[in-house]
Amino acid sequence: MANLATEFVGIRSPNPFWLASAPPTDKEYNVVRAFRAGWGGVVWKTLGAEGPPIVNVNGPRYGVVWGPDRRVLGLNNIELITDRPLEVNLREIKQVKRDWPDRAMVVSLMVPCDEESWKAILKRVEETEADAVELNFGCPHGMSERGMGSAVGQVPEYIEMVTRWCKMHTRMPVLVKLTPNITDIRYPARAAKRGGADAVSLINTISSITSVNLDTMSPEPSIDGKGTHGGYCGPAVKPIALNMVAEIARDPETAGLPISGIGGITTWRDAAEFLALGAGTVQVCTAAMTYGFRIVQEMIAGLSDWMDAKGYSSVAEVTGRAVPNVTDWQYLNLNYVTKARIDQQLCIKCGRCYAACEDTSHQAIWMKPGRVFEVNDAECVACNLCVDVCPVEGCITMERLPAGAVDARTGRVVSGDYANWTTHPNNPMARAAE
Amino acid sequence: MPNSPLTPGIVPGRLPAEAYDRNFGDLYPPFDRHEAAVAADRCYFCHDAPCVAACPTAIDIPLFIRQIQAGNPEGAAKTILSQNILGGMCARVCPTETLCEEACVREAAEGQPVEIGRLQRYATDALMARGIHPFTRAAPTGRRVAVVGAGPAGLACAHRLALHGHEVTVFDARPKPGGLNEYGIAAYKTAGGFAQAEVEWLLKIGGIRIETGKALGRDLALEDLRRDFDAVFLGIGLAGVNALAAEGEDCAGVRDAVDFIAELRQTADLSRLPIGRDVVVIGGGMTAVDAAVQAKLLGAENVTIVYRRGRAAMGASAYEQEHAAATGVRIITGAAPLRIIGNGAVREVEFAYTEEGPEGLRLTADTFRLKADQVFKAIGQTLAGVPEGLKLAGRKIAVEGPGRTSLPGVWAGGDCAAGGDDLTVTAVAEGRDAAEDIHRKLMAG
Repeated sequence: MANLATEFVGIRSPNPFWLASAPPTDKEYNVVRAFRAGWGGVVWKTLGAEGPPIVNVNGPRYGVVWGPDRRVLGLNNIELITDRPLEVNLREIKQVKRDWPDRAMVVSLMVPCDEESWKAILKRVEETEADAVELNFGCPHGMSERGMGSAVGQVPEYIEMVTRWCKMHTRMPVLVKLTPNITDIRYPARAAKRGGADAVSLINTISSITSVNLDTMSPEPSIDGKGTHGGYCGPAVKPIALNMVAEIARDPETAGLPISGIGGITTWRDAAEFLALGAGTVQVCTAAMTYGFRIVQEMIAGLSDWMDAKGYSSVAEVTGRAVPNVTDWQYLNLNYVTKARIDQQLCIKCGRCYAACEDTSHQAIWMKPGRVFEVNDAECVACNLCVDVCPVEGCITMERLPAGAVDARTGRVVSGDYANWTTHPNNPMARAAE
Repeated sequence: MPNSPLTPGIVPGRLPAEAYDRNFGDLYPPFDRHEAAVAADRCYFCHDAPCVAACPTAIDIPLFIRQIQAGNPEGAAKTILSQNILGGMCARVCPTETLCEEACVREAAEGQPVEIGRLQRYATDALMARGIHPFTRAAPTGRRVAVVGAGPAGLACAHRLALHGHEVTVFDARPKPGGLNEYGIAAYKTAGGFAQAEVEWLLKIGGIRIETGKALGRDLALEDLRRDFDAVFLGIGLAGVNALAAEGEDCAGVRDAVDFIAELRQTADLSRLPIGRDVVVIGGGMTAVDAAVQAKLLGAENVTIVYRRGRAAMGASAYEQEHAAATGVRIITGAAPLRIIGNGAVREVEFAYTEEGPEGLRLTADTFRLKADQVFKAIGQTLAGVPEGLKLAGRKIAVEGPGRTSLPGVWAGGDCAAGGDDLTVTAVAEGRDAAEDIHRKLMAG
C-alpha cells in the first residue's frame, strides 16, 4: 500500500488530507472528531486579535447551489473568523496538538495590518506548539471591509509586507492563503514568496451571490430581507482553483514554492489532480460540511489504491507531475488534428450532439433517417462539444488523424511534426522558421 | 414429437433449447459502468446509515458506494469484502428488499431505494474479474482449526482464520464446496458457475485445505476433530427435511424441494432435467419459491405454491412472492395438504382450507384438489446428525456470544446454530465472528 505520509514545509502528517480553516475546525470537539475519522491535519479556523470576540449574523450564514437531486455543488458563507475567545482557542489548540502529535496543526490568523498585531498573535500561537501558521489574506466578506482578509490579499505589497513581519517574528513555517478575487494569481503568490513565505495555500473563497429570492427580491442567504456577497466554495470552484494552483506551480518566479491546494476537493481523484498540478497537501471543507468527516476514508483509500496501481510510492512523487504539461495556448501543437467519432453501437439516439453542433458549433453532424448521427469530417473542427454533451461515456470520442492522412475540412495533409502558433504563417509576430 | 409444457407426466425438454439459457441466466443483469454510476449517485452518504445497521455483516455501504462514485470499484470491493468475504454471493442472493434496501432513506422518501445489492455486485465483480485477492495472510501461527461444512458460515470462518495465520481444514459431505450457494439457491440468482468461482477466489488467501465427501458422523467424529485440531467450527447447516405427515407422501413424483433444487443446480444441460406438467409446491419460504419458479422456468404448465397460513406469514418476502407471481406461479394461501392421491404416481393433492384460531391453525371442512404429477415439499429443514454432547436450543445447536457451543473448543454458526435468520449473509457474519473469537482464544494460549 502506498505511503500517504507527507512532509510539507517541515509539517508531518499521516496523509495529505487536511481540513481547511473553516467552521469544521473551529474547536477541539470538531477537530478531535476529524482526527478520529482519519484526517491528516487541520488548519484551525482563523484566530483574530485579542479583544472582544467577533460577532456573527444571527440569521443564515450559508447559501447553496444545487445540482440535480439536490447535490451540493457550491456553498457560500458569510461567517466571519472565529467568534470564540482567543484564549479558549489557543488552549484547545495546545491540547489537541499534545493529544494528536502525529497530525498537522496549522493555525490560521487574521489580525489588523500592523506589525505589532502580528507579532503579538504569533507569540501566542507559538506557545501552543502548533506546526505552522497560515495567514488568512483571503476571506472576501466582512473582515475585508475592516482592512483584513482579501483586502490585504488583493494588494501584493501588503502580502509581502505582512509575510515578512511574520517570518521575522516567528520560527514557525508561514503559509500564505491567497484570495482568488484578483485578476492574476501569480502577483500575490510572487509577493508571498518575496516576503519569505514557506508555502502558499489556495484558493480561498470566491465573492459570490448564490441566488436571489424572487418573491422577496433578497439575495440568499437572506438576513431580514437583505443579503451580501459571501465566499463561494465546493465542487463548482475546483476548475478555478486548479488553474490558479497550476499558474503558480509553473511560473518561473514561484516554481518550487510549496502549495497546499484548496478548492472543491470531494474525492481522491480531485485531490490527486491538485497534487499533480503542484500541491504538496490538500485542504478540504465543503465535502466535509456536506457529508461529514467520514468522507476522508474514501479519499485515503482511493488515493492509496490509485498510487498503488500507478506505482507511486509517495505523495511527493505525485506532486507536480502534470505541471510540465501545462503550457500557454501559443505552444499547443496545431498539427494535432482530431475528428469526432460516434460509436453507433453505444449511441442512444438522443440527438444532443446534433443540437449542440448544428445550433452552436460547426454543423458537422448529420442526422440521417432512423435518427442515425454521423460526423461530417469536412466540417468537424474537433471542438469536443459533442463529446461533452453526450450522455453516454465513450460513445463519442476524438480520434487523431495519423500523419499523412488528409484533413477533409482543410484539404491538407496532416503533418506528424509539432508546429505551434509562434511559427504559424498567419501570426504577424511569427518568428522565422530558420 | 418434442415435449411441450402440455406433455403429461414428468418429462425433460418442455421448452425450445434456447429458452433455458434465457430462463436461467442472471435474473438481474450486472450493471454496466454507466448504470452503476447513475445508481451510485443516488446514495446520500447518510450519517450512521440505516442500511449498515440493517446488514447482518455491517458492510460500510455508504463508503463502498462513494468509492464507486469516485471511480474506484475495486476499492469499493475491498470495503465490502473486509466485512463479508462472500460479498459477491450476498450481492446476488441477499433479500436486500428486507435488509439494506428496505432501510434505505430513499425507500422511505421515494419508495425506490438505492440499488445496494446490484452496486455491491458491480464492485465485487470488478475485483474478482481481475483475479485480485485483496487480503494477505498473517504469518503462520502453527494453530490448526477444523471447519465442518463448506457453506457460507464455514467458508467465512475458514477465510478469517486463515487471514489470521491459522491452518484450516474444511470438511464437507458433498462433492463440491459452497453449501447452499452451490446446491440450494435458485440458479438464476447465481448464474455462470459463480458459487465455485467465488470459492476458488476465496481460497487464494492460502492456508485452507478443503476435503469434500467427508460427513460428520459418517466419516468424521467430533471427538477426533477435537483431539486433532486446536479448535472446531461447525457450519453443518440443516441437512434434514420436515415430512408432510400426509397420506400418500410416498407416491412417486413427490420429493423434497431441496433435492430438486440441488439436482437442478448440478445439471449442466437443463433441457435434460425432467419436470412435471402440473407441479404443486407445498410450503411458503424461499425454498418453495425457488423450487416453484424454477419448475415454471423449466416449462411446467401449471405451478402452484400452497401455504397453510396467510401471505404475511410466508417466509418468502413480498418481493419473492411477486417474482413468483410474475413468472406465472400461482400462490394459494391458507390451505394445508390432507392427502396425496395417486395410484403409484401422484395424480392429485387434496387440501383443506385453514383458519387461524386462538389455539392455533385449524383445518376447516372446506377442501379442494389440485391436479399434480409432481409435488415438491418445502416445509422446512431441520438439524440432522448433531454429534452427542452438544447442547441444543430448540431444534438448533445452542450457542453463546460469537458461536460458542456447550463444548469447549467447539464453535458453531450458520443455519445449524440457534439465533439469527437462516440467510447466507447471517451465516457469513456468524462464521466471521466465530473465527475472531477462535482467534482470540487460540492466541491467548
